[in-house]
Amino acid sequence: MGIYSVIGKNLAEVEDSLRNGRSGIIFDPVRKEMGFRSALTGMVERPQLKGVLDRRMRVGMPLQGEYAYVSTVEALKNAGLDQAYLDANEVGIIFGNDSSALPVVESVDILRQQKDTMMIGSGYIFQAMNSTVSMNLSVIFKLKGVNFTLSGACASGSHAIGIGYLLIKQGLQDMIICGGAQEINPESTASFDALNAFSTRESEPTKASRPFDRDRDGLVPSGGAATVIIESYESAMKRGATIYGEVIGYGFSSNGEHISMPNVDGPVRAMEKAILDAGIKPSEIDYINAHATSTPMGDKNEANSIDLIFGASRPMVSSTKSMTGHEMWMGGASEVIYSSLMMNHGFVAPTINLENTDETTAKLNLPRIAMPCEINTFLSNSFGFGGTNSSLIIRKKSR
Amino acid sequence: MQNDEIIRKINQFLIDEIEIDETQIKPTASLKKDLGIDSLDFVDLFVIVEKKFGFKMKAEEIAEVTTLDDFYTYVINRINPN
Repeated sequence: MGIYSVIGKNLAEVEDSLRNGRSGIIFDPVRKEMGFRSALTGMVERPQLKGVLDRRMRVGMPLQGEYAYVSTVEALKNAGLDQAYLDANEVGIIFGNDSSALPVVESVDILRQQKDTMMIGSGYIFQAMNSTVSMNLSVIFKLKGVNFTLSGACASGSHAIGIGYLLIKQGLQDMIICGGAQEINPESTASFDALNAFSTRESEPTKASRPFDRDRDGLVPSGGAATVIIESYESAMKRGATIYGEVIGYGFSSNGEHISMPNVDGPVRAMEKAILDAGIKPSEIDYINAHATSTPMGDKNEANSIDLIFGASRPMVSSTKSMTGHEMWMGGASEVIYSSLMMNHGFVAPTINLENTDETTAKLNLPRIAMPCEINTFLSNSFGFGGTNSSLIIRKKSR
Repeated sequence: MQNDEIIRKINQFLIDEIEIDETQIKPTASLKKDLGIDSLDFVDLFVIVEKKFGFKMKAEEIAEVTTLDDFYTYVINRINPN
């Protein structure tokens, strides 16, 4: 696993933030000046890769590609993998990413100003495509296996791990570098801000993302990158790899309704399919990392969905988005990492800013501070526009 | 602009922007084989030359440019045609 997030630029920093309920949300004056309704955002500095990667590798990489390079370097190191291993084995990559807005805006701005495509340069095409992350990382790490990007809105990172899991389960690949990446810039979120979906609690940036709280008023956009390397059990054992968890269930569904309004039925079906795939009972889930983005309707519907399936066992539920904001294309992958850190270090991270539940969210078992907890199996939810839903179930290495 | 100033500017952007090792910069160096300038880097040279010298290169004009010295000559002739 490897992470580059607004609550930490590596696994150790992120674990510390999760334990201490640290927020990565800021007020960005640039957004206000541009005309954003909400200038709140998660923020992390741009990685400095000059001197690390040669020019040709850098010019085609957008911001989220740079984040993903850093998270993947950590993940490879963490997994005990070096270039010699990648050269000698068929390792694939499936990353979740669903936009690359800034390079599109910048290259078209150049064209409009210069009226000559030759003034755009060589890098923007590789930066601007949705597949930019898998495209760049597969070249940098000289990968030889499956190679594509998965775009499934705010469930992209989760579906990437789910599809990787299925390919490995089918015996088609032994190892896949999965993950999710999300650019952080005003250009990529302006049209989202236009939907009135963002929290406007600008006077208290770190309190703005408050999933399940009675006074939640919208999400806070965020970003970064998360890399989860998955491999067959046999491959991991052969290498003597540290196993952070075993993917045992993947469930997916589509709401079949509104483009942006979530429902209850779709997430229920995704979670039920994941449970069925894992071959476990709902009561075996010790922790749920909720999708909960801090929107009034989304959190309500997810709370009802979770209650329908887990009402009897009431596992602990938290939304790490209370600290990170909504990492969108990255979130499904990063939240698997956050939950795996909790599982491997025996705690549940809180939903910070949860001061008062409402009649629906009160149905859930929501810790407000970090709690010691033995997690053997967790479920991570990710939902997105178009009604796409993904649920992953991961458990501690048992064999 | 004097010719030596043009050459100095070209060398500088090759080092700073194309990130070519300074020790490789020799008039006889082949742009592709010695300096490693590939077809994508050439695309960036169009942009850099426009910014540094204020004229737009044309692909057909640089078809015969193979060495760094050829490139100096091409740019010098575009800036100082006489």
